[in-house]
Amino acid sequence: MTEHDITLTVNGTDHELTVEPRTLLVHALRDELGYTGTNVGCESSLCGACTVHLDDDAVKSCTVLAVQADGSTIETVEGLAEDGQFHPIQDGFQAEHGLQCGYCTPGMMMAATDLLEENPDPSREEIREGLEGNLCRCTGYQNIVNAVENAAETMGSGAVADGGCTADGSAGSCCGSGEDEVRWPGDGGDAE
Amino acid sequence: MSIESVDPDEVDAADILGSAIERREDPALVTGDAEYTDDIQLQEMAHMAILRSQYGHARIEDIDTSDAETMDGVVAVYTHDDLHRDDTPSGGSYSLPVGWLLDSLRQVDHPILADDRVRYQGDAIAVVVAEDRYVAHDAVDAIDVDYERLDAVTDPADAIGDDAPQLHDDADGNVAFDWEIGDAERTDQAFESAAHTASIELENQLLIPNAMEPRAAVADYSPGTNELDVFMTSQNPHLHRLLMSGVIGHPEHKLRIKAPEVGGGFGSKIHHYADEALVAWVAKDLERPVKWTATRTETYKTDAQGRGHVTTAALAMDEDGTIVGLRVDTEANLGAYLSTFAPAVPTYLYGTLLSGQYDIPAIHCSVTGAFTNVPPVDAYRGAGRPEASFVIERLAKLGAEEMGMDPAEFRRQNFVPEDGFPYETQVAVVYDSGDYEKALDRALEMVDYDSFRERQEQARADGRYLGIGFSCYIEACGLAPSELAGQLGAQAGLWESSLVRFHPSGTVTAYCGTSGHGQGHATTYAQIVANELGIPYDDVEVVEGDTDEIPQGMGTYGSRSAAVGGSSLVKSSEKLVEKAREIAAHQLEADPADIEFEGGEFHVAGAPDRSIGIKAVAQQSYLAHDIPDDMEPGLEATSFYDPENFVFPFGTHVAVVEVDPESGEIDFEQYVAVDDVGNQINPKIVEGQIHGGVAQGIGQALYEGAEYDENAQLVTGSMQDYAVPKAMHIPDMETGSTVTESPHNPLGVKGVGEAGTIAAPQAVVNAVTDALEPFGVDHVEMPMTAERVWTAAGEQATTDGGTDETAADDGGEQ
Repeated sequence: MTEHDITLTVNGTDHELTVEPRTLLVHALRDELGYTGTNVGCESSLCGACTVHLDDDAVKSCTVLAVQADGSTIETVEGLAEDGQFHPIQDGFQAEHGLQCGYCTPGMMMAATDLLEENPDPSREEIREGLEGNLCRCTGYQNIVNAVENAAETMGSGAVADGGCTADGSAGSCCGSGEDEVRWPGDGGDAE
Repeated sequence: MSIESVDPDEVDAADILGSAIERREDPALVTGDAEYTDDIQLQEMAHMAILRSQYGHARIEDIDTSDAETMDGVVAVYTHDDLHRDDTPSGGSYSLPVGWLLDSLRQVDHPILADDRVRYQGDAIAVVVAEDRYVAHDAVDAIDVDYERLDAVTDPADAIGDDAPQLHDDADGNVAFDWEIGDAERTDQAFESAAHTASIELENQLLIPNAMEPRAAVADYSPGTNELDVFMTSQNPHLHRLLMSGVIGHPEHKLRIKAPEVGGGFGSKIHHYADEALVAWVAKDLERPVKWTATRTETYKTDAQGRGHVTTAALAMDEDGTIVGLRVDTEANLGAYLSTFAPAVPTYLYGTLLSGQYDIPAIHCSVTGAFTNVPPVDAYRGAGRPEASFVIERLAKLGAEEMGMDPAEFRRQNFVPEDGFPYETQVAVVYDSGDYEKALDRALEMVDYDSFRERQEQARADGRYLGIGFSCYIEACGLAPSELAGQLGAQAGLWESSLVRFHPSGTVTAYCGTSGHGQGHATTYAQIVANELGIPYDDVEVVEGDTDEIPQGMGTYGSRSAAVGGSSLVKSSEKLVEKAREIAAHQLEADPADIEFEGGEFHVAGAPDRSIGIKAVAQQSYLAHDIPDDMEPGLEATSFYDPENFVFPFGTHVAVVEVDPESGEIDFEQYVAVDDVGNQINPKIVEGQIHGGVAQGIGQALYEGAEYDENAQLVTGSMQDYAVPKAMHIPDMETGSTVTESPHNPLGVKGVGEAGTIAAPQAVVNAVTDALEPFGVDHVEMPMTAERVWTAAGEQATTDGGTDETAADDGGEQ
């Protein structure tokens, strides 16, 4: 089968790789480049576990061909935190118990950050509708909605405090600053 | 009223048990660092794909693998005969075992690759191993199978009898077992003398579990040492090790099963499937690592499904509405073969829960297990308990109607009273503790029941149909004890094992034989152990899910982890503390009986200044310079905890809905869940489990169902066709709780993982039928699609002279 040389910029790092025309973006990210945080749930665009940002838009990477993404900028869950500082959506999911098994979580967070970019102050109804492309089987969604609300509040207050928040999914460094703490169990403690 | 999470650093050590601390699992999961099975990449790893039957029932005339074998990148192709060739590694059974035997059970062969016949769409026929996952799937497509299609049957009631297509030579009439429980004669007498009866015919539809992570396995074999490591999506690695050992013929002590992060299970990752056995066997045969990851389509066709009951049931009552008898007859769908614990689910996990929260003096239940051309049916979240709760709670609603009583008061009148525990039901179990009225009262308060009927009346006058549905459910978790389980047919013990190990530096690792897959064990178990040892929460590490690290275990299913695994951790901790007490006594030159242990410190009774901390004791135990004579150095302890009984969580869930009879649409106005799961180790995690369970229960009530056509082809074979609820389909829920400790385990805990799924379906069905009471609708089958609701309202309005005949006419024009 013919192969193609493509370039992908993933979380700010440039990659050159060779793929078949049929290689799915999610497989290129996971199997070729090692970004395994993005998960495969259905390979049919229906569950959203594989959601990434492709040139700043949330897409289901299980139904995008890698060659279609040639030259694109991609952000995955691995790129949400910056300098060890969680993105507000990551803080929100942890604080609100918005995840259990965690399998849908990366895709859910990537969809949520895209949603918050479109609508920085969504109602609960708008969050539920905005996440219609992402399935969760564990949480009953309620705490996911809470998590997105939590992130929206943080990002909104961050915008006030910092005089402007990009809210573009790379906002961790601006919105996560100030009094927000990174919650790494063991930090500052004496865990082994 | 959501419970607020707290930072563990902000919790006093003495309050760690019972605090809603944030999960320690989450940082790895929200950054993508967590490793699931399909994330694993090994050197020289090949990929396996499986050719599955395209038909529900067929004879295999011929399999031609020649094209597949010659494709570039294909390493090997295997069929049934290849498993049995002379030079294959060791002799396994190559047939999947049954883990629960009933007296009348007809066991049938379940080959891991089909011999000459396939019995469900998805039955494995051949496997391909290739250098690349895409090539493996290409090669599967290149295999040519000649089938002779056979007639198929998917309904358990239709399957029973000689006229139906026969699946197995060893199971005449497709009957896998006939089973009964209770007293038929006494129940007959109760019905003969009853002043009132209520009856129902219902189905509890087949469900597909849909864990978000598809099943997967990676196997790695070392010929030099004969060690076979299998990483897989497992809820019970030790059990999988035992079963796989027999299936593929590999010594148990040379087989390692490790469950990395597991993306949900809901029962579907308890069972031993052909697929994981094949990965392990193939890796051993090829002497190179092999990975298989199910596609979503494969999970739809092969994950063990749940429920699948066709039931006729009746309730007998005396003049004042007191329940005097219950009779239940069920045909249970077992699918094409007997899955690991399949026989237990529609029998001992179902019949024994039919008494619900009620004091019922006479019960009889008969169950016929039927083979059909659907995938094997086994435990799915709740496993038998939801089916039982659905039957009794639907009957409770109909019984109240028959008596002209308020449904809440009908239940209250028949509850096992608060002072009636322990309560022995007529179906063989003894409820440990309960206070059913308290949970009901709390729920009634939360929904403001006093005003509801008035609102309902007013709404009806306005042409709107509100309904309220009650579900006073009971659950049985922490199945036990092992001796009893053995008497009932279990082929495994139901204890749990743990090891708590102090390190010389003062931190602790707790190993537990359960195997979490989203429940937050690393957090809750650390809370338990930190509390027992009086040390900081952050100083406790929890390890699960690896047979090489953990001595023994039974895994996580049936909401057993806190009650059985958590109790085992308490027992291990207690043993460890007793040894530490002896060392402390020795060093403090006191009698061990005079040493008190509190807040991580040992001190001499009456002399608190003569003390030593448990961490210092741990260090001394490893130095071993100054410990009692004849004492072994080191500080760790193991326990095998076998509970004396099940635990019986309970609660009341209430759904308030509005139904539009002209469109069949259902809107939630309120969903209230009051659950009593005993003591709560982490209320935030408890709340999350309730939310998730209710969502799956609402999914069953309104959306989900596996459907097959007459040829046993799965019609709902993708997320496009099978409606896993989305965010906008599930309402915000209000949760509340009461606490009635279990008296027989050291934590006083019960179980929570399945409660919501057990409680929700009948709450919703009861609410919808309550809303449609003016139309004479007394039952709507699940899933209650708009079409079904609309049809029910219209049909009843037409046939029974309901109050709003225009509903059917108007709806018919849509």
